[in-house]
Amino acid sequence: MTGRATLKPAVSENDHAAGPADAPVTLVEYGDYQCPHCRRAHPRVKSLQKQFGDRMRFVFRNFPLSEMHPDALHAAEAAESVAANSGDAAFWKMHDAIYDHQQDDEDALDDDHLARYAADAGGNGEQVLDDLSEERFVERVRADFMGGVRSGVNGTPTFFINGVRYEGDWTTVATFAADIEAAMP
Amino acid sequence: MPQHATPLAAGTPAPDFTLPVTADQTVSLSDFEGKAVILAFYPADWSPVCGDQMALYNEILPEFHKHHAELLGISVDGAWCHAAFAAARKLHFPLLADFEPKGAVARTYGVYREHEGTTERALFVIDKDGVIRWSYVSPVGVNPGADGILEALESLSGAAS
Repeated sequence: MTGRATLKPAVSENDHAAGPADAPVTLVEYGDYQCPHCRRAHPRVKSLQKQFGDRMRFVFRNFPLSEMHPDALHAAEAAESVAANSGDAAFWKMHDAIYDHQQDDEDALDDDHLARYAADAGGNGEQVLDDLSEERFVERVRADFMGGVRSGVNGTPTFFINGVRYEGDWTTVATFAADIEAAMP
Repeated sequence: MPQHATPLAAGTPAPDFTLPVTADQTVSLSDFEGKAVILAFYPADWSPVCGDQMALYNEILPEFHKHHAELLGISVDGAWCHAAFAAARKLHFPLLADFEPKGAVARTYGVYREHEGTTERALFVIDKDGVIRWSYVSPVGVNPGADGILEALESLSGAAS
């Protein structure tokens, strides 16, 4: 972050968004599926979604630090596969499942487990395995990542509220919620 | 030395240096003549913020290479410390040891912190002719990300074409 901490690729129909497109606040998260801090953020975002309802749209973009988190890239690709083949509802279930299971054990995010979470989420596990071996969604994930880099994302999770990087305390839901409320037009 | 050193600014020829990159090898800035170089000074191996910054750059390395730029990390840690840190973080770029005399290179670039005995968290983008084209000093606790580096590299490519 060098003083230009604004979201470069604007939120578009290519994004995974939960909540109405005309919501007064859009919260964007750049996250890594194997990052323990992102896992901590996950229930906090859920609670914000519950609290704000239709007044907030939540967008998730991939920012896998794959050298540090060896399963992060495949997890992101698997979630993209589910989104592309089975739609957004299945994507969000997959997204939740990955974070819910992240700390189960060492293998929690290996390909077989990802395929199982996909199937449980209403996706197609076999398709996920095929997409992973063919690397069909690597480019999509990489594009998210580079968009994040250009927006000044320097680690995960990084949040943007209405396109402005959030420098506040996301770990405390009350603080995070108050800052989102303050961004309402 | 002044109390608050000033980092070398854009337009300044980058001072050459030779530093250990492993226990028995050295690297000189002049080895990279004809290529752009990113110098990333950081305060210390192992501190969580540094890990973050170096891990991020590790991920972006292919993008830096697209711009024909080499990334060099520099801190006052010794070569063995760097080796352990690089192995633990699976870093794919060299870490230079500005260890003896301590911080000498950081001083020439104006990014040594006398009081702490570490370097600033400072970035320099040097063009293929060895001239500094962009520099930035981040607050020590703040990972500066890579957007500034990429913009600087793009303006180099723009100038070259």
